[in-house]
Amino acid sequence: MAEATRSEPSSDRRGFFRGMVRGMALLAGGATLGLLATRAQAARTVWQIDPHKCTMCGRCAVECVLMPSAVKCVHSHGMCGYCELCTGFFEPDAPNLHEGAENQLCPTGAIERTLIEEPYYEYRIKENQCIGCAKCVAGCAAFGNGSMYLQIRHDRCVDCNDCAIARACPTQAIRRVPADQPYLLKQVNEP
Amino acid sequence: MKSAIGHWFGWGLGAAFWIGLPVPTGAMQRFPPPQFETDHALPVTTTPPPDGPWRDVLDVAVLAGALGLAAWLVLVRRSRRGVLALVVFSLIYFGFWRGGCVCPIGAIQNVTAALADPGHALPLVVAAFFLLPLLATIMFGRVYCAGVCPLGAIQDVVVIKPLRVPMWLEHALGMLAYVYLGAAVLFAATGSAWIICEYDPFVGLFRMSGTTFMLGLGAVFLLAGMFFARPYCRWLCPYGVLMSWIAPGAVWQPRIDPVGCIQCQLCRDGCPINAIDVPDVPSPAGSGGTGGPMLPGPEAGLRAGPGVGPGVGPGAHRRDRRRMAVLLIAAPMVISIGALLGHGLTPALTRMNERVRLADRLLAEDMGWVEGHTDATAAFRSRGDSRTELATETKRITSIYAWGGPLLGGFIGLVLAAKLIQQARRRRSDEFVIHQPRCVACARCLALCPHHPGNEARLVELTREKEPL
Ligand code: SF4
Ligand code: SF4
Ligand code: SF4
Ligand code: SF4
Ligand code: SF4
Repeated sequence: MAEATRSEPSSDRRGFFRGMVRGMALLAGGATLGLLATRAQAARTVWQIDPHKCTMCGRCAVECVLMPSAVKCVHSHGMCGYCELCTGFFEPDAPNLHEGAENQLCPTGAIERTLIEEPYYEYRIKENQCIGCAKCVAGCAAFGNGSMYLQIRHDRCVDCNDCAIARACPTQAIRRVPADQPYLLKQVNEP
Repeated sequence: MKSAIGHWFGWGLGAAFWIGLPVPTGAMQRFPPPQFETDHALPVTTTPPPDGPWRDVLDVAVLAGALGLAAWLVLVRRSRRGVLALVVFSLIYFGFWRGGCVCPIGAIQNVTAALADPGHALPLVVAAFFLLPLLATIMFGRVYCAGVCPLGAIQDVVVIKPLRVPMWLEHALGMLAYVYLGAAVLFAATGSAWIICEYDPFVGLFRMSGTTFMLGLGAVFLLAGMFFARPYCRWLCPYGVLMSWIAPGAVWQPRIDPVGCIQCQLCRDGCPINAIDVPDVPSPAGSGGTGGPMLPGPEAGLRAGPGVGPGVGPGAHRRDRRRMAVLLIAAPMVISIGALLGHGLTPALTRMNERVRLADRLLAEDMGWVEGHTDATAAFRSRGDSRTELATETKRITSIYAWGGPLLGGFIGLVLAAKLIQQARRRRSDEFVIHQPRCVACARCLALCPHHPGNEARLVELTREKEPL
């Protein structure tokens, strides 16, 4: 029997095999690379919420991999009516219309209300208290100007390859945007 | 004061419809912004930017540097201690500091999505993370796994008491990674889900934050990993599959013993992941080894598993050939069965897609098959989104799944057949050698070999033991 020669695979054969694997891998790699070159875009992207698609479902507060969420309420003050009776600030059935916690919509008391001049009040978000629950956003959109809305804050977001909120968002309101324009802010005079 | 009245009017009007109105998501200026009498300046909405491009450059540079260092430590220094130091570094840098994102494993999905959909942007940094480790593999073997991958690193440092998994189980569990890879590619190509990221067991630990499910999964994997080394690497990692395809073609490969194996078995016992092939032919006298005895039957059987591997003894050769012939004939059948199963599973797979689920749900609601609505359908209706658009989209997705499902099944069948055939092949080696596709180049075995510098005393002792009385 040729058992003895069989026992040692010839180095020729092994070399040939390795060369073949290498060649095939390089070929596949080159083909992928070529295809990718036609697709790749050097531009970096980050996740952002399109405020016009968001339905304030509340998932942003709980689905983010960060605790508390990287999503916060932002306020476009130029759009705000400075309403005394802010429906983003007060509970719909608030017992009193003052700053008492029992009157506030925000579960964490993250909205600061200051009298600017009668009857105008300014509403500021204390970002490190906001959990991104969208309660104020819903209130503001329902009866106010919609000047409060959610945005992913890029000083917090860790830029997951697959944003956990985007996955859970019922309206696919979260998408990747160019990193040099990382926010989708509402504008004062938009339609 | 006029505007104040306007405010109250608006409030009353609003309150009347407090409940039940679909929420218009577009902003509307119900109340004109005030003209302040004092010169109150409006606060600016801040927009803290994400990290600049320097971060990507740094990440890619560190990745390339770590790959080079890993290759040098494994192939040149053959130093387990060095590799371990690199493991700790990578765990801290890619794991805890960078939060485990983006990694080559997840990048499979980015690349797939970019190939499937020309509109999908593939940032250069992601392309680099996908390609560099593969490039390193074709040069040096799986050095990315050895000391760069944060997932591998966190598993590597918890290996306390690795137990040996029988080879048949090793092979069977190894099939999972192919299923995972195939499914991940299919779901990414159809824009349905990124399951590699969704079920990444360690990313929650790296961020020290996450859902209970994520953190729990991580804890389970780490606990299991104390006794079954690198469970994710061995049985699940989809990127590991890609590397296992090209590692056998590596230009320089990690090798245990360039001098001559004395068949002490130390490397095999030291490898925590069953990546060392056991000799299946007796060592011929004068081949460089000391001619140690052939392993007893059961040990040899372990390599391939009962009923699959080549037999030992007279007549075994012919039996092997017959088995091989049967397997070769059965292979197309296995592939077809896989494709059929995949075809059968297609409807279930298709429902992984959000848009398809939405369309199904809308239909079910319209037909009165289900009560109430979901957030998604409610939003769809209130926004008045286009039904025809949704229909075209679901049709496109369904058509991809129509061939993607059977293809996935066929792929798994093909892998199964190939594995069986590979196992039936005689390897004909009289040495303990590293099984390149599976080896993660951790360098444990290299440092254990009696031929390793510093182990001379061991070599003398072992050689004496083996000498005939
Ligand atoms: S998950 Fe989507 S819809 Fe829900 S609050 Fe977040 S962005 Fe809005
Ligand atoms: S990318 Fe990650 S960190 Fe950022 S918002 Fe989404 S889930 Fe949160
Ligand atoms: S109500 Fe929710 S989203 Fe609005 S400020 Fe408070 S925590 Fe943030
Ligand atoms: S096999 Fe392990 S070390 Fe290698 S890429 Fe996969 S998870 Fe990372
Ligand atoms: S280098 Fe490879 S064969 Fe050696 S112990 Fe590590 S995984 Fe096993």
